Amino acid sequence: MSTSSHAIHAVGLQKRYGEKRALDGFDLAVPQGTVYGLLGPNGAGKTTAVRILATLVRLDGGRAEVAGFDVVRDARRVRRRIGFTGQFTAVDEILTGRQNLRMFGRLFHLGPARAAARADELLEQFDLTEAADKGTKEYSGGMRRRLDLAASMILVPKVLFLDEPTTGLDPRGRNEVWTAVRSLVSGGTTVLLTTQYLDEADQLAGRVAVIDHGKVIADDTPAALKRRVGGDQLEVVLEESVDLPVALQAVARVAAGEPEIDEEHRRVTAAVEQRVAALTEVARRLQDEGIGVEDIGLRRPTLDEVFLRLTGHKPEETTDTTERTEVPA
Amino acid sequence: MSTTILGHEPEAPERRMYWALADGWTVAGRTLTHLIRQPANIAWQLGFPIVSVLLFGYVFGSAMSVPGGGDYREYLMPGMFGMTMAMGFMNTAYAVVLDTTKGVTDRFRSMPMAPSAPVTGRGLADIVSAMLDLLVLAATALVIGWRSDGGFWATLAAFGLLLWLRFALIWIGIWIGLVTPNEEAAGNLFAVAFPFAMISSVFVAPSQMPDWLGAVAAWNPVSSTVTAARELFGNPVALGDSWIEQHAMLGAIVWPLVITLVFVPMAVRRFQRLSR
Repeated sequence: MSTSSHAIHAVGLQKRYGEKRALDGFDLAVPQGTVYGLLGPNGAGKTTAVRILATLVRLDGGRAEVAGFDVVRDARRVRRRIGFTGQFTAVDEILTGRQNLRMFGRLFHLGPARAAARADELLEQFDLTEAADKGTKEYSGGMRRRLDLAASMILVPKVLFLDEPTTGLDPRGRNEVWTAVRSLVSGGTTVLLTTQYLDEADQLAGRVAVIDHGKVIADDTPAALKRRVGGDQLEVVLEESVDLPVALQAVARVAAGEPEIDEEHRRVTAAVEQRVAALTEVARRLQDEGIGVEDIGLRRPTLDEVFLRLTGHKPEETTDTTERTEVPA
Repeated sequence: MSTTILGHEPEAPERRMYWALADGWTVAGRTLTHLIRQPANIAWQLGFPIVSVLLFGYVFGSAMSVPGGGDYREYLMPGMFGMTMAMGFMNTAYAVVLDTTKGVTDRFRSMPMAPSAPVTGRGLADIVSAMLDLLVLAATALVIGWRSDGGFWATLAAFGLLLWLRFALIWIGIWIGLVTPNEEAAGNLFAVAFPFAMISSVFVAPSQMPDWLGAVAAWNPVSSTVTAARELFGNPVALGDSWIEQHAMLGAIVWPLVITLVFVPMAVRRFQRLSR
C-alpha cells in the first residue's frame, strides 16, 4: 500500500540495542513538500529513526515507507529517492568541492558529462562556485556543510534527511545552512530534520514531532505546541521587591492560572488568555497604584519550555536563546 | 531549476555487474586522486622503508652477515619490499576508520550505488598504490646496487607474490578498520604492524634468532613471501631447516589465500553489522 500524500510514513517502529529500546512504537506521517522537525534530547531516538528511514539501519518491528516505497523490501528504490546528510559532514577532505560532487554524481550513476554539469549547477545553487576548486579542508564549517547538502541533492531527492545539520557550526554557519535548507524546500523536497537546537526547529520546520524515549509524544506546529503549553505568558519585573504582593494581586485578576513569583528577579509571571487586554489591564493597575515597573511584556513559551512540560524533564542540551516577543505596552 | 534526472529505477541484473565494477572504480578513483593531490603522502609512506634501507643496509649492514654467505644489501632489499607490503594494511585500516567515523561510509550506504563498491574500490586503490610503492622502492634499490638475477618472468612473479600478500592484507585492514573505534586508536596499529613485519626474515634469517623467536618468524606469512621473492630474484636466501622455510614458495601462495578466506567473511560480516 502506498500512502501517496505522505512522503514519510512510519508505523510502530521498534528498534532495540541490547536492553535499551531506541525506538518503541515510533509513528510518523510527514506530508509531501513540508519541513518536519524531530526534536528531542540526546538518546531520545531521533538519529535511530532517521537512520532507519534512510535505509541505513534495519528495524526490529513496525514498517516504514519513504517516497512510496518500503524501506526494507525496496531499499534500493528508496535510496534513489532520498538524500541523507548525517551528523558529520561526509565529504572527502582532500578532494576539491567540484571533485567531490562529480564523484558522488558518478556514484548516483550519472554519466561523466551529466555529473560534471550537475556539480556546476549545485556549486552555483549552494554558493560555492568560488571555492569549487579548493580542497574542502580549506572550507569553513558552514561551507563544508553546504557542500554536504549539495551532495545529497544530486538526484533532487523527494525526501531529504538531515541529522542535526548545524551541530558544531558557528552562528554564521548555521544561518548559511538554514538559508540553504529553505531554498531546497522551495524546490519541492520534503525535509525531515533532527535537532537538539530548539530554535532551529522553530526556524525551519512547519511541523515538529517531539520525541522522547523512542516515541513521538507530541506532533504539531511549533506555534500550536507553544500554545498547548499554556499559551502566552505575561511577565512583570518590578523596580522594588516590596511591591511584589501588590503586583501579584494585579496579575492574578487577569491570569488564566496561578501566577508565579520570582523574588530574586522581582518578577511575576502568569499564563494569560486575552493577551493584549491582560497586558493593558495590569499595566494600568500598576500605574494607578504608583508602582515602579522595570519591564512588562508578553512572551511566548520557548520550545525548551514546551519540552519540559511535555516530558517532565529538561532537554540535555538547551540553547541559550530565550525567545521573547515583546509587545509594546 | 528543472533537472531531469535519469536512471531512477534499479538496473536489470545484467547491469548490476557493470555497476559493481564502475562504482568500485569510481571509489578507487577517489583514493588515486588523493595521491595526485597529495604526492607528499607517498614520500611519507615510503620514508620508513627507505630510511630502513639506509639504516640497515649501511649503518648496521656492515656488521650483518647472511648465513650461507652473500651480500647483506642484496638480502635486505626483498625484505624491504615485503615489509612495505606487510605494513600496508595500516593504510587500509586507517582509510576505513576515517570513512566510517566521518560518515562517508554512511553516505555511500544511503546511495543507490553498488553495495560492494566501497570495499572493492578500497581494495583496488590499495593495490594500485602498493604497485606505486614497489616501483619507487625498486628504483631506490637499483640505485644502491640491488639487482634481480632471476630473469624477467621470475622477477615479475616475485613482485606478483608481494602484491598477493598485500591483497590478502587488505581484508585484515578492512576488518581492523571496521572494529577500530576512532582515528586515535588507528594510530596505535603501529604497535601491531611493527612486530608483524619485523619478526620475520625481513632483516635477519630466523635461524640467527633464539629458537622460539626463530620459529615464530619462520611461520610469519611475511617470511614466506620474502623468502620466495629472494629465491625468484636470485638474491641470497639463507634458508633454515624448518619445513616452512624449505617450502617458502608454497607458503607465499597459501598463506595469503588462507588470510583472504578467513578475513573476507569477517570483513563482510562486520560491514553488514553497520546496519545493526
